[in-house]
Amino acid sequence: MIKELENFKGFSAKKLPLADPLASGHRACQGCGEVLALKLAMKAIGMNSIVVSATGCMEIITSTFPQTAWNVPWLHVAFENAAAVASGTEAALKVLMRKGKIPQKHIDVVAIGGDGATADIGLQSLSGAMERGHDFVYICLDNEAYMNTGVQRSSSTPYGAMTTTSPPGKKSFGQATKKKNVPAIAVAHNIPYVATASPAYFLDLMNKAKKAALVKGPAYLHIYSSCPTGWRHGGDLAIEISKLAVETNVFPLYEVIEGKYIINRKITKPKPVAEYLKKQGRFRHLTDDLIAQIQRQVDEEYEKLLKLAGETA
Amino acid sequence: MAKRIGMEVSIAASEAVKLADVDLIAAYPITPQTHIVEHLSEVVADGELDAAFVPVESEHSAMSCCIGSSAAGARTFTATSSQGLALMHEILFIAPAMRLPIVMVVANRALSGPISIWNDHSDIMSEQDIAWIQTFAENGQEVFDLVLHAFRVAEDSKVLLPVIVNLDGFTLSHVIEPIEILDKAEVDKYLPPYKPKVRLDPRKPVSMGMVGIPEIYTEAKKATDEALINSKKVVLKAWKEFGDLFGRYYNPVESYKTEGAEVILITMGSISETAMTAIDKMREKGMPVGLVRFRLWKPFPAPEFKKAIAGVQTLAVVDRALSPGGACGPVAEEIKAALYAERGRPKVYNFIAGLGGRDVTVENFEEIVSKAFTYAKKRPKQLYEMIGVREI
Repeated sequence: MIKELENFKGFSAKKLPLADPLASGHRACQGCGEVLALKLAMKAIGMNSIVVSATGCMEIITSTFPQTAWNVPWLHVAFENAAAVASGTEAALKVLMRKGKIPQKHIDVVAIGGDGATADIGLQSLSGAMERGHDFVYICLDNEAYMNTGVQRSSSTPYGAMTTTSPPGKKSFGQATKKKNVPAIAVAHNIPYVATASPAYFLDLMNKAKKAALVKGPAYLHIYSSCPTGWRHGGDLAIEISKLAVETNVFPLYEVIEGKYIINRKITKPKPVAEYLKKQGRFRHLTDDLIAQIQRQVDEEYEKLLKLAGETA
Repeated sequence: MAKRIGMEVSIAASEAVKLADVDLIAAYPITPQTHIVEHLSEVVADGELDAAFVPVESEHSAMSCCIGSSAAGARTFTATSSQGLALMHEILFIAPAMRLPIVMVVANRALSGPISIWNDHSDIMSEQDIAWIQTFAENGQEVFDLVLHAFRVAEDSKVLLPVIVNLDGFTLSHVIEPIEILDKAEVDKYLPPYKPKVRLDPRKPVSMGMVGIPEIYTEAKKATDEALINSKKVVLKAWKEFGDLFGRYYNPVESYKTEGAEVILITMGSISETAMTAIDKMREKGMPVGLVRFRLWKPFPAPEFKKAIAGVQTLAVVDRALSPGGACGPVAEEIKAALYAERGRPKVYNFIAGLGGRDVTVENFEEIVSKAFTYAKKRPKQLYEMIGVREI
């Protein structure tokens, strides 16, 4: 057990923090699962934080001048560099406190980016920041495509999904590659805390966000963030789909604390992946064969995860 | 008390950064800048400077890290060259837009391709529109002084803009010169501690780097442009005070033997010293030539420049960078634009010299001046001319 986590009791539904670092009044689409995830994570981390945002949905919808939805200090520089900017902020705060130029007080530096900013263009700066050991939390809000620019595929887009740059056609079935495993890449950096989370399991998500903030050193949080616009599902289905993703093992919830895998919600009788796929327009074109193939991939990935956690099915 | 000691110019640059008591240095290696951050890593490692030394994984991240640091209220420094500067390009515009007083030394070097580690100004001339204050050093003493000046100007509450100090890679960065290094007490008289007006502070939250919708983007750009133009007053004042304290007075443009000159050479950076030798030689022969060099490049010191060349009919502008397919090199372009509306404006002839580390010799300057005299009588066929190109 990491020392900083020993006294952390966890949030309870009856006793949630009242303050919201991310206020209502932002411009997210109706039913956005991503902004919900971000709001929950920030609620858990709290007001004594500085947020560095990559370019993306969450940046655009919260910061249209002259309005801001942020009740905490917030900085956006570019698309691919949230982790590098956060490195500078974190290192500067530390040295300014050491030199007595600002009061000694722990401030949580939080970098946020979408899957494009994390898995693709920003992977280098994220890797650099994790390797250098900056004390910050990186949150990837994974909506599985470049949603902000009109639903283009990213390396985090799942196999078979339709996007505007992975369209199904006579010679294509949609995204032809498997989703990049960024949590595993984070784990490979030997950082103290890595976790996956989903807004459908909000206490789990908040607890993980808080733990990520509490641990010293880099922490990586990969949050499932449904997107009604890009995934072609109803604006009322974000939570239902987020829940199904976990129940079908498409998006398992786990933590990796100091390299040790812990499955937080072990699904003993997973629902068929088809149930998850059929709720979303982005998978509408899939044949039964492809669905069966995706089912096999999901099962294999889950098996691997079980092994990593030292468990059996 | 200040000491005059033999020192490599890169080390003098980092000694100035040390004396400025910076809080954070972002460092990524690139030749010929490396000695600057290497020396800074040593002074941090030895405890001579209490700063965060962040060895980032790219120049793009170096500038990103600097922005994050400066936004948190820290005195922030980095150095780069060539491809590294080009890799920063995207982020360079953002620092002045956020009014962050980052100081950067650029050891000027040619850009690929072909890849070249040697000196010219093509790296920095590709960064004309980034809204940073830019100065060019002629020698090691200037490098040391300009770095201190850069912090002083950048952090002035009337300015709050990032500053680049340019120095020629190798021909200046790797040369050992006698340099007067000020001591800490002297520097403290000149450079007050940085007190940011706005910074990332949970006790008083601000949002920085927000979306600029069409209704506000133009105004935001105008504000940055005005800030840069208005910074010149502080640039001059800070040089005046530097001179009053330490006896070395600096101007945005320097003139050398321009009295009675019929042709004036225009240069920037360390080739100016060679140009002066050439001027001396030509003057001895009775040729009416002089030299004007830019120390301040951005904001462009148009009034000072016009004053320096007043009454002269012919300018021979030496560019250390090519603007392929264009009308002339970047310095000549700026000069032509600045003079276009002037009555009786001089003829401007443009010469591109010293690309990718090719030496610019006294003979080259003599050739340039001789050509300028000829062109004054018989206009040249080409818009600009490259000097020292060998027939292969």
